Amino acid sequence: MALRHFGAAAAVALTVGLGASPALAVTEIQWWHAMTGANNDVIVKLANDFNASQTDYKVIPTYKGNYPDTMNAGIAAFRAGNAPHIMQVFEVGTATMMAATGAVKPVYKLMAETGEKFDPKNYLPAITGYYSTSKGEMLSFPFNSSSTVMWVNLDELKKANVEIPKTWPEVFEAGKKLKAAGHDTCGFSGSWVTWVNLEQLSAWHNTPLSSKANGLDGFDTVLEFNGPLQVKHLENLVELQKTKVYDYAGRTNTGEGRFTSGECPIYLTSSAFFGNVKAQAKFNFTAVPMPYYPDVKGAPQNSIIGGASLWVMGGKPADDYKGVAKFLTFLSDTDRQVYIHKASGYLPITKAAYAKAKEEGFYKDQPYLETPLLELTNKEPTENSRGLRLGNMVQLRDVWSEEIEQALAGKKTAKQALDAAVERGNTMLRQFEKTAVK
Amino acid sequence: MQKQAIFQSKLLPYALVAPQLAIVLIFFYWPALQAVIQSFLLQDAFGLSTSFVWFDNYIELFRDPAYFEAVVRTFFFSFAIAISSLSFALLLAVMADKPLRGSMLYRTLLIWPYAVAPPVVGVLWIFMLHPSLGVISRYLRAAGIDWNPLLDGNQAAGLIILAAAWKQISYNFLFFLAGLQAIPKSVFEAAAIDGARPMRRFWTVTFPLLSPTIFFLLVVNIVYAFFDTFGIIDTMTRGGPGTSTVTLVYKVYSDGLLGGNLGSSAAQSVVLMIMVIVLTGIQFRFVERKVTY
Repeated sequence: MALRHFGAAAAVALTVGLGASPALAVTEIQWWHAMTGANNDVIVKLANDFNASQTDYKVIPTYKGNYPDTMNAGIAAFRAGNAPHIMQVFEVGTATMMAATGAVKPVYKLMAETGEKFDPKNYLPAITGYYSTSKGEMLSFPFNSSSTVMWVNLDELKKANVEIPKTWPEVFEAGKKLKAAGHDTCGFSGSWVTWVNLEQLSAWHNTPLSSKANGLDGFDTVLEFNGPLQVKHLENLVELQKTKVYDYAGRTNTGEGRFTSGECPIYLTSSAFFGNVKAQAKFNFTAVPMPYYPDVKGAPQNSIIGGASLWVMGGKPADDYKGVAKFLTFLSDTDRQVYIHKASGYLPITKAAYAKAKEEGFYKDQPYLETPLLELTNKEPTENSRGLRLGNMVQLRDVWSEEIEQALAGKKTAKQALDAAVERGNTMLRQFEKTAVK
Repeated sequence: MQKQAIFQSKLLPYALVAPQLAIVLIFFYWPALQAVIQSFLLQDAFGLSTSFVWFDNYIELFRDPAYFEAVVRTFFFSFAIAISSLSFALLLAVMADKPLRGSMLYRTLLIWPYAVAPPVVGVLWIFMLHPSLGVISRYLRAAGIDWNPLLDGNQAAGLIILAAAWKQISYNFLFFLAGLQAIPKSVFEAAAIDGARPMRRFWTVTFPLLSPTIFFLLVVNIVYAFFDTFGIIDTMTRGGPGTSTVTLVYKVYSDGLLGGNLGSSAAQSVVLMIMVIVLTGIQFRFVERKVTY
C-alpha cells in the first residue's frame, strides 16, 4: 500500500517537476504521419508549439512508416476501433478516404460544427481543389503539397552547350546532345513514371486522364489516357530508351540519385526532391516547369499536386474535435505556413503565406522554389487539371507502371501498353465502385 | 502390464497440451478461418460495407490470365530458389566439414546471412546490383553487359532468385553440416578401404545418409520460397518490370494491402494455402519414399 502511494507521489512529482500541464482535463489528440528526417522535425516542432500555446489539448505525433504503411495502419486501427484523430494520407489515397463515409469527418463539417473561423477562400485553390468536392467543400486539410518539376544540372548543360529546354521536343534534342557529350547512359530521366508521364502530362496539356473530371465528379469514372497525346509521348520515350537518351529509372523515386550523382543531367520528379538536391548535388542546378508539346492547343495548362493531406477520422467525442479544429486553425496561420514552406520545401497552402514568402524575398536567391507554385497557378484549373480521384490508386499506378515497362522493354507497342493499362485499370475501378459506400 | 504409468489423472495430459493447442488454434486455425470467410465477402478497406458474394472472388481470380502466369512463375521461382540454395549449401557444408584450420570461423561466417531479414537482403543486393545505385552494375556495364533489371524481366527474376537463395543458404548449410557430422566416420573408412574414390563415396555413402536432411530442407525451402520471399520482391522490384517478378504471395500483398481488395486477397490466400497443403502432401507421399531414415 505504502509503495503504491509512493509511486503515485513520484509520478506527480515527476509531472510537476517536468513542468508539464496538469494531467487532468488535457485532451490528447493522436496524429499519425509518414514524415522522416527534417520533415519529421517540422512535425514535432508544430506539435510542441501547439501544445505550448494552450493547456486544453495535447497533440501527439506518431511516425507510422511510409505513406502506404501509415494509411494501412490507420485503416487497421479503424477496423479495430481505435483510429487516430488525425491521419496524414498521401494524395493517391484521397479517393479511398473519401469513399469511406462515416470513417472520416470532412474538414468543412468539422470547422462548422466546432465554430472555428474557417474560410476556404483563404487557401490556394490549386491545392485545395484536390481535396474538395465539386461543390468546393474541403474534405481534408492540405498539409504537405508538391508538384512535378524538371530538375536541371546547369554545369553539364553548359558543358554540352545546351539551353534549358522548354518543350518536350527540346528535351529530346537536349538528351541527344548530352548523350553525345558523354552522358551515354542517361540523357534525361524521371521518377514516379506514371505520375510524371501520365497524370501530370495529361493535366499539363488539359487532356483527360479519366472521365467525370478525372473522377472528381463520381466513382463511375472511366480511364481515357490511351489518347493520341499520351500514346505519342510514350512512343517517344520508347524510341529514346533504345539508345538510352532516355533511361527508365523505376516506379518510385529510387532513381533520383542519378540526378544528384550527375549521371542524368535532366530529371523530372517532385519539387520535394529539393532537400536532397541541395544536400548532395555538387553542381549548379535549378528546377524549371515541366516541358510540354507545343502542338497541343492551350498547353501548358496547370499541374496537379502531390504530397499528402490530413484526414480527420470519425466517431470521436465532440470535445476532441474542438481540439482538432483548433489545431487546424493553428496550422493555417500565415507565419506558421511560411515556416513550414521554408523548413520543408513543401508549398504554402494559404494565399497569405505565399504572398508573405514572396514579400520576404524568399524566391529571390532560389527562384526555382517558386516553380511548382507557378505551375499550379499557371492557369485556372479545368476539369482535366483540378486533380485526380481514382480508387485503388496505389495499385492502379503499379498496374500502369507494369504496362509502361512492357512498352519500354519493347514487349508491347506504346498503344498496346496504354490500352492494356486502361482496360486493367477500369476493371479495378469497377471493383472499387462496388465496395465504395454509397 | 502397466500401460499408463506416468499419467494417473485423465485430465492432466489434456491440460499439458492445452497451451500448445490454444496457440495453434488462435494463431493458425482462427486466421485461416477468417481468410476463408473473408474470401466470400466483398468489403471496402475500412470494413464499412460488406456483402456476401459467394464464389465471385474465386471466379474472378480464375478468369484472370495474370493469375495463372503468377502460379507458373511462383513454381519456377520456388524450385529455382530451393535447388540452387540447397546445392550450393551442400557444397559449402561438405567443404566446411573437412578438418580445416579455422573451420569454426568459416562456419560462423557462413551462418550469418540467415540472421538478416528478407527486406534487408533485398536492400543489400539492390546496393550491389541496382542499375543506378549498384556497385557491381557499374562493372557489368563497363564490361559491355546491358545490365538493367528495371526493364529486363529475366534479369530481374534472376536477381530475386539470387537474393532469395543467398539468404537461405545459411539455414541449409547449418542442417547439412549437422547431418554430415552425424554420419559415422567408420562408414567412410570402410568405403575408402574398399577403394571408393571421394566422388563415389559422396554419392553412394554421404548422399543417401543425408537424404532425410535433404528431404526436410526441400520442404522447408519450397515453403520459404512460397511465403517468405515477398519482402525481397517488395524492396527489389515491386513485382516489376511488367509483372515478371509478381509471385502469388506478392500478389496477395499488393491486392490486399495496397489495393484494399480484401476479398480477392483472401481468396488468393486460401488458394495458396490449398496449394501448399497439396504440395507438401505430394512431397511426403512420393518424394519421401526415396528417403532412407
